[in-house]
Amino acid sequence: MARAVSNGKKIANTAIAGTVGFLMFFPILWILILSFKTEEDAIRAPLEILFSSGWTMDSFAAVQARSDYFKHFMNSVTISVGSTFLGLLIAIPAAWAMAFVPAKRTKDVLMWMLSTKMLPPVGVLIPIYLIFRDFGLLDTRIGLTFVLMMINLPIIIWMLYTYFKEIPGEILEAARMDGASLREEVIYVLTPMAIPGMASTVLLNIILAWNEAFWTLNLTAAKAAPLTAFIASYSSPEGLFYAKLSAASIMAIAPILIMGWFSQKQLVRGLTFGAVK
Amino acid sequence: MPNKHTLLGTAVGLGLAVGLASAASAEQITIATVNNADMITMQELAPAWEEATGNTIDWVVLEENVLRQRTTTDIATGGGSFDIMFIGAYETPIWGAEGWLTPLNDFADDADYDLEDVFQLVRNGLSANGNLYALPLYSETSFTFYRTDIFEAAGIEVPDEQITYTQFAEMAAAAHDPENGIYGTCQRGKAGWGENMAFVGTVANAFGADWFDMDWNPQLDSPEWNAAVNYYVDLMKASGPPGASANGHNENRALFKDGKCATWVDATSAAGDVRNPDTSSVADTTDFFKAPMQVTNKGTGWFWSWALAIPASSKKVDTAKDFLKWATSKEYFEMVGESKGWVAVPSGTRKSVEEDPRRLAAAPFANTIVDAILSVDPADPTRDPVPYTGVQFVAIPEFQGIGNYVGQQVAAALAGQMSVEQALANSQQFAVREMTKAGYIK
Repeated sequence: MARAVSNGKKIANTAIAGTVGFLMFFPILWILILSFKTEEDAIRAPLEILFSSGWTMDSFAAVQARSDYFKHFMNSVTISVGSTFLGLLIAIPAAWAMAFVPAKRTKDVLMWMLSTKMLPPVGVLIPIYLIFRDFGLLDTRIGLTFVLMMINLPIIIWMLYTYFKEIPGEILEAARMDGASLREEVIYVLTPMAIPGMASTVLLNIILAWNEAFWTLNLTAAKAAPLTAFIASYSSPEGLFYAKLSAASIMAIAPILIMGWFSQKQLVRGLTFGAVK
Repeated sequence: MPNKHTLLGTAVGLGLAVGLASAASAEQITIATVNNADMITMQELAPAWEEATGNTIDWVVLEENVLRQRTTTDIATGGGSFDIMFIGAYETPIWGAEGWLTPLNDFADDADYDLEDVFQLVRNGLSANGNLYALPLYSETSFTFYRTDIFEAAGIEVPDEQITYTQFAEMAAAAHDPENGIYGTCQRGKAGWGENMAFVGTVANAFGADWFDMDWNPQLDSPEWNAAVNYYVDLMKASGPPGASANGHNENRALFKDGKCATWVDATSAAGDVRNPDTSSVADTTDFFKAPMQVTNKGTGWFWSWALAIPASSKKVDTAKDFLKWATSKEYFEMVGESKGWVAVPSGTRKSVEEDPRRLAAAPFANTIVDAILSVDPADPTRDPVPYTGVQFVAIPEFQGIGNYVGQQVAAALAGQMSVEQALANSQQFAVREMTKAGYIK
């Protein structure tokens, strides 16, 4: 039987949750406010920014006029979606094998894969840069897609492995008893049951690839530069570009915020999949 | 006699050949640059060069530190991602000596370009081993911005000669009026070799300090460094704005333009913006005098130049040179003056531009800037002899790391997180370790 929660506790919990939520959202809210200010207003004291200055769309217009937003946007979409689906192609068989036909060293392999995430990226920048140079992959979307797929592959495998482990092996055995081939087993039995988990894996990895800034800044120049490079072009230690930087940031994060908003149910469902037994 | 068909065929063939040749000669170059007002202007005017030549430009605009890291990776590995890089007086001689940049000595033979018109000091700063490796867009030193109205109200006499930092501290204290939102002085506090250490480095020079002795031994725990950093911290505590350790060039520029600072020792390149009534509330009440000195006047104003260079890995050197010639020519400066106003012309580079009556009419302070720049000598920056060149930096690859570390320690001392003595002791220890690792100290 569920425990009764008093009204006072409910109000307190709601207030705490609301405060935490507001604090987490505040940086984005502040960027949004600055993006509608002039450069002169954007550097005023916080209260002056809010109450004593006007609102304008000039920064968005200036950013749009100076930078090719659509090109950067398309590069971000191609690279993030491409790297995620390429990763899934490799991760699904890998996670299936480790979840349903584990070997003696499966746990070690999983831990080793995770440990690659602990390597500081700058440590392998020069070798990867040289490989890209020699293969003509610098400033190409295909090169960046491949690198981001490799970077996020351990997370994709780990997430899928966790979801697959929640699916009773007996169901797959029953399918096999009914004469299902491996392909049919994966497509008709495993996939429908793992769809919430796979969806959240896809969403999370698209977000990670969308926001990735180290490799996208270091391996691109003009042609394959995604929205992270678009934002970086408005940062400057000399001169005032806070309003334009904020406008560029809002333009860069808006697509992923909207995607996250519409898919939050799926995302939460996938992330909490198997959390309660 | 050739028939009509043959003539027509020949004409069509020639037309096609010419068309194909011009299409083949048109190239796309990639330029890596920072996001500052002068480079934004260049991006806006560059279509004129594109239309005239048929070539096109891909701009890669990045924040200064990101750009430095990005271009260093590319140039050191011969990546060839960029055909032109916007680099500073720190990188140019180092990269040039490494053979990573294309020498630009042939510009000296181009009478139209008139390389002699570019200040000798600037050319020297962009050269290594007798070769010129970059062409300057603008150059700067540091000088003192001050508010004429505040000085008058506080009864502070405007100096004719270079004053000492002791006198400067007295001026700042006299002008300090925090109750009315006026701070006696605003100086860089944000950590970084290009941020707080640009100012602190020149204060240290004025106090007779140097980064290294003739044997490359770090000198950061010397009495001179202690005196300089103690002075800086005391000055900011007594007459600076609250939270000064978070203020870099941008924040101080904003504070000064908003009328919050009585004095500010910073880049001459900010003068046009501060004196522009469209962007500054103190345009009519700001004037300038030399950066102060103390026990010496050597190295009391920094030297920096932003310039365009061609990486040795570029495969489009001729087109890149053509762009460089256009973007740093007298005609380009003329174009900026006519389209953006003569106050916005990049300063401190060409003698003819600084002497132009239109420039002097729009920017009466131009001569003060030129005098300040020409008084700097990066080859002789300190009271005692040193083995390095550079005023606010040391032109060796290891300096970035050392300068940033020292900047963090000084910022921590300014924020009250540690004593000046501790900050300098940490800095000395770090510098000795880095210089030993790099092989300077055996």
